[in-house]
Amino acid sequence: MRGIRKAFPGVIALDGVDLALRAGEVHVLLGENGAGKSTLMKVLSGAYQKDAGEILLNGRPVEINGPRDALALGIRIIYQELNLVPHLSVAENIFLGSAPTRWGGIIDWRRLYATAGQLLGDLGMEFSPQTPLRALSLAQRQMVEIAKSLARNASVLVMDEPTSALTSREVDQLFTLVQRLTSRGVAVVYITHRLDEVYRIGHRVTVLRDGRHVATTTLDQVSIPDLVRMMANRDVGEHFPKVRTAPGVELLRVERLRRRGVLDDVSFVLRAGEVLGIGGLLGAGRTELARVIAGADRPDSGRVLVDGKPVSLTGPAAAIRHGIGLLPEERKAQGFVGGFTICRNIALPHGRRLGHGGFLPGGCEERLADPIVKELRIKGTASQPVKLLSGGNQQKVVLAKWLAGDAKIFIFDEPTRGVDVGAKVEIYNLMNRLTAAGAGIIMISSELPELLGMSDRILVMHHGRIAAEIDAAQASQERVLSAALGLAG
Amino acid sequence: MTTRLARARQFGTVIGLLVLSGVLWALSPHFLTVANLLNIAQQTTINAVVAVGMTYVILSGGIDLSVGSIVALSGVALGAALQSGQALPVALVVAIGVGVACGLVNGAIVSWGRLPPFIVTLGMMSIARGMALLFTEGRPVSGFDEGFRSLATGRVGFIPVPVIITGVVYVIAHVVLTKTTFGRYVYAIGGNEEATRLSGVSIDFHKTMIYAVSGLMSAVAAIMLTARLNSAQPIAGMMYELDAIAATVIGGTSLMGGEGSLGGTLVGALIMGVLRNGLNLLGVSSFLQQIVIGAVIIGAVLVDTWLKPRAGRG
Repeated sequence: MRGIRKAFPGVIALDGVDLALRAGEVHVLLGENGAGKSTLMKVLSGAYQKDAGEILLNGRPVEINGPRDALALGIRIIYQELNLVPHLSVAENIFLGSAPTRWGGIIDWRRLYATAGQLLGDLGMEFSPQTPLRALSLAQRQMVEIAKSLARNASVLVMDEPTSALTSREVDQLFTLVQRLTSRGVAVVYITHRLDEVYRIGHRVTVLRDGRHVATTTLDQVSIPDLVRMMANRDVGEHFPKVRTAPGVELLRVERLRRRGVLDDVSFVLRAGEVLGIGGLLGAGRTELARVIAGADRPDSGRVLVDGKPVSLTGPAAAIRHGIGLLPEERKAQGFVGGFTICRNIALPHGRRLGHGGFLPGGCEERLADPIVKELRIKGTASQPVKLLSGGNQQKVVLAKWLAGDAKIFIFDEPTRGVDVGAKVEIYNLMNRLTAAGAGIIMISSELPELLGMSDRILVMHHGRIAAEIDAAQASQERVLSAALGLAG
Repeated sequence: MTTRLARARQFGTVIGLLVLSGVLWALSPHFLTVANLLNIAQQTTINAVVAVGMTYVILSGGIDLSVGSIVALSGVALGAALQSGQALPVALVVAIGVGVACGLVNGAIVSWGRLPPFIVTLGMMSIARGMALLFTEGRPVSGFDEGFRSLATGRVGFIPVPVIITGVVYVIAHVVLTKTTFGRYVYAIGGNEEATRLSGVSIDFHKTMIYAVSGLMSAVAAIMLTARLNSAQPIAGMMYELDAIAATVIGGTSLMGGEGSLGGTLVGALIMGVLRNGLNLLGVSSFLQQIVIGAVIIGAVLVDTWLKPRAGRG
């Protein structure tokens, strides 16, 4: 892949990225959240169309205009969510859509099982092709997915975080299998966040950052700290208008929160006037933490104190009563009602306060919303549904919902995702105004520069735990990233 | 919603009604007479009232298949109360109580039981019907006094009482839907349940109330039907759910929830009433009528889907 470029409205996801794969190698693709790994692989597999650049296979330029083209060229991706049918047998899954047939349509079962059996044997798998897929472990299912790609003569195999849900023994099995693949001449692209694995399995590594190619090198020439340094040091590119406020009284205290599988003994304190940044990789438990504090999910144990008093967060309504406002990660799915106007969305959490015996006096929603719409400079007409606004304006509407009430604890989950640069700065300025007015903000962000630029203190989560607490003055991208990757530091 | 799109859509439905009426006027001299128009209005009332509840439910993203059975159960409860010599107001309260209770059960199971509304109300459809049959041993309860029957046969000026009842129901239901927090939540839940929940709105409570509204509307329809037939029948109200869904959908309410209006539903119910009446006037067989009505339902929704992507994005 040469000079691949891909832009989405408002963001350049890939900017002239090169990637060269050799037959029989395991090529590790590294990069932070949003560095462009997935986009690059989606271009390779035909899920996205590249804007510029070229893809060569065995030295010849090829056109990949859709997933079918990529499949025909022997390029396959194994995603974290597997594309298998649980109710069918292993062999049926391997040959799904391409089963050997006789007499134009009748499945040749004998040949199906024989071929599948041979393939499984070659790969050193110990289960029979007749086994129903649902009887297999996750690791074994992954192997079936790999066998499925081989049955279609894949020459390039992309594996996206294949070990994230596997036990260490299963990882060993998977790695043995990957070695068998490379000995057959398959080129494997291996995406992971586990740096310890990189050295066990990989031959060469390519690091991406901010949609750009940083380096490609053989792994015996780089150390783990080198790799972290290459992944971090992202362009700050923009100035963060951070205004520091002297931290005031304690607003929120979280004690030993646990929620099975996502949160493990999380404790921290949020003070008035501070922005508490929460970093970590996707799936580290950041959003889950936000949802528990906002009353959307219940914790298994632990407690939350607001203004020093324990509160029972029985639901979002209770959290709102205690002045907690959430800007959810999935703005569209959780933040607003797309068909509602700006005013109605802003008024939605305040119905009880606005209503007189259940009736909404004419224009009461507008009276509540108008000053905030003006203050935040939300662009849109009174009758325009929010789904037709830009991402930045939508985010402002969600914010306005809480500004219209008396929230003093704000949880911003990826506040500037999908927001244009101008609106980003406005959101940062607004955070400054909130902290100056004595509010406390918890800001979850996958953007390291934003996390470092806007936080007073940074908590880094790893596997549902707080892996590090770093004062913003001493924080560096490398330190945050090391903690997020679970490395000591 | 008062978005431009919704208004344009409703306008389209009204044009559809006018065109349909124009065609029938041209084809049949009897169509545009005061007597026939009142006839249409009266025939439309029951479906129109049931469709009010259906509109609430569909706006919230649900469906209520049990309305027809609740009409029957509510009706026989009313009939039994009247025949046992209860005063009219008491009997009416009994009918309404039965309808609302069925709706509450629907709503509670949908909300707290986390079951799909389709399944819950399908079950209630069978349960309420069975209870109506069991209670009456399958026989109709007939013969009521003049005072009760005047709810169907009476007139105020020249306007039949059922038409007035329907008008009052629509005005109240429309005000509730557009001017109260409850109405706002109906749209919000259908538009984006998760965002509404995160805004602190109790989804479970309001959903239960929405199904209760549907039960209430079925009870009102049951009162009008029983008075008109001078008989409460356990097999009454068959297929009412489909007529009500059709009126709601023709009226432009999205089956996905969150978009639509009662004005649209009223026009939708009128389109169905006019169509039936017109086809009768033209002597079209009832078998063929079914085909025509089915085609109109599909056509209306098809036009909706065609219009939506173009107007919805932008």
